[in-house]
Amino acid sequence: MFEFYKSIANSQIDIVYLGETVCSKRKLLRRDDWLDIAHQLKAAGKEVVLSSMTLIEANSELASLKSLCKNNEFMVEANDMSAVQLLKGKSFVTGPAINIYNPSSLKVLVNYGLKRWVLPVELSRDALADMQTAKPDDIETEVIVYGRLPLAYSARCFTARSHNLPKDDCQYRCLDYPDGLLLSTQEKQQFLVLNGIQTQSARTTNLISVMNELMDLKVNIFRINPFANHTPKIIDIFYKTLHQNYDINKANQALQGLMPAGGSCNGFWYGDSGMDLHCLDEKSA
Amino acid sequence: MNTLKNKNKMQLVCPAGNLPALKIAVDNGADAVYIGFKDDTNARHFAGLNFNEKRSREGIEYAHQRGCKVYLAINTYPQASGWIRWKQAVDLAAKLKFDALIAADIGVLDYASTEYPDLRLHLSVQGSATNVESIRFFHENFAIKRVVLPRVLSLKQVEQVSQSSPVPLEVFGFGSLCVMVEGRCLLSSYVTGQSPNTFGACSPASAVEWRNTESGLQTRLNNILIDQYNDDEPAAYPTLCKGRFKVGSKTFYAIEEPTSLNTIALLPELQVMGIAAIKIEGRQRSPAYVKQVTQVWRAALDACEINSQDYAPQEQWLQTLHSVSEGRSTTLGAYHRPWQ
Repeated sequence: MFEFYKSIANSQIDIVYLGETVCSKRKLLRRDDWLDIAHQLKAAGKEVVLSSMTLIEANSELASLKSLCKNNEFMVEANDMSAVQLLKGKSFVTGPAINIYNPSSLKVLVNYGLKRWVLPVELSRDALADMQTAKPDDIETEVIVYGRLPLAYSARCFTARSHNLPKDDCQYRCLDYPDGLLLSTQEKQQFLVLNGIQTQSARTTNLISVMNELMDLKVNIFRINPFANHTPKIIDIFYKTLHQNYDINKANQALQGLMPAGGSCNGFWYGDSGMDLHCLDEKSA
Repeated sequence: MNTLKNKNKMQLVCPAGNLPALKIAVDNGADAVYIGFKDDTNARHFAGLNFNEKRSREGIEYAHQRGCKVYLAINTYPQASGWIRWKQAVDLAAKLKFDALIAADIGVLDYASTEYPDLRLHLSVQGSATNVESIRFFHENFAIKRVVLPRVLSLKQVEQVSQSSPVPLEVFGFGSLCVMVEGRCLLSSYVTGQSPNTFGACSPASAVEWRNTESGLQTRLNNILIDQYNDDEPAAYPTLCKGRFKVGSKTFYAIEEPTSLNTIALLPELQVMGIAAIKIEGRQRSPAYVKQVTQVWRAALDACEINSQDYAPQEQWLQTLHSVSEGRSTTLGAYHRPWQ
């Protein structure tokens, strides 16, 4: 775990979102460990944002969230409206599970203190373009450009269920699957990935081929959802594409070689099924 | 034991996908009926379902003459390109004097509360508020008067929320079960391009295919195999979280079985907590479903109100509810911790 963040500290990435966003039981690191990592990343020149949980149910989860939101050192990424409420008046970021689907919603949250928002996962290029036209200039827009897509959250732990274990005695089986547990159809099509109470896409979203469009739309930040392996290499490919005119076809090829099972997708960008893949030469069609 | 607290009278909120269903719900004891307009502004955007202005007016008149309230769901998430449709729907809701508007989107709630301060607002289950701080956000900003809780909380967690919520709570009692927290499930748009948030439908019928093959009847959603059935197995609608999939070496209902939520056994506990209303799912179901389910729940709520200590669901109620359940089976869902 610490090795992973050391490699991130040495990478070209500008911003690191830290913390557990899926399961409050998964206390792999304590709050102080996270803060240690945050300080190391900050010392390495990274902007650190502390991410909060997405599904907040128990009072104990709410209590942890309150303490996270009280910190005055790092900005917090709100992934539930409870965090937005607790961060009122402070600068904050909204993650992809906060439903900002239209300019009116964004405006309300800007009045609350929102400084940066992540485009919701299922929204398209066209929806983004409308938002960019309407939003205030000083509000930053972030888009997930790479990684598995977070698709759903439940009270039920699907990893525990697949091992015939109840959530209250999950034995932390999810830790055996750092990139999640693959779910396939009965035709062996790799379909979804189970990450505890979260369900992700099996396909890796990859918007490398539309980086120029994203820049034309004045997207400020490109988010990479990390994998257990190759994340520094993935960062490097995006960095070279953004800053060193690295050929997009070559970048795409390099990324394909690093992807886990399941293949890639970019359908949401085109307003289609999220799992669809539009190829480079289709994009002007 | 709870004689004082038991004065809480829980409201029965029933679904109606058309005027006959609305009338049947009213006639059989609903305290409120909820409906939607004929477009993607509501989360049951199905062909042949829902209400235009004329039918809404007739429905409201019919219900009000009989002391029943009518709520309107405008509970999907508009994007800039469709904003005008949601705005017009809110305008029409105010004009028709619905008893409450059930909404989820921050922008829609902002518009409704600013333009029509007298229009009562309920936070839809699609608003995804699972804790008191989320509820406070919607209460402080839009003066919502009630929250419909997502179907992901245990009974104890519902109680915790009820103790500190600034507004009364409505909980689901019966009907199709969403396993994922509502308003933040994108599985349907990942597969079909249309989700409850964007289009008002999950696993939309237009993407469904029933295919007879040598290995049995297959149900597909945008060509993804959701399940396949032997001749002796009843086939279910391919709601994509309720199919059989492979995880590791096992093929099973990896997310959830085709089953319906049924909390009729929990009524005394919900009553003591001060829950304001019990919601029945199923605007897409037939008037016959609405009749059966409304009758059973009316009887159950009345029995619980008269004497909650001796309350127990009658065998006949359970049989009726089973007969109209998905997969002919019911569950307490997340209310019951072991389910999780």
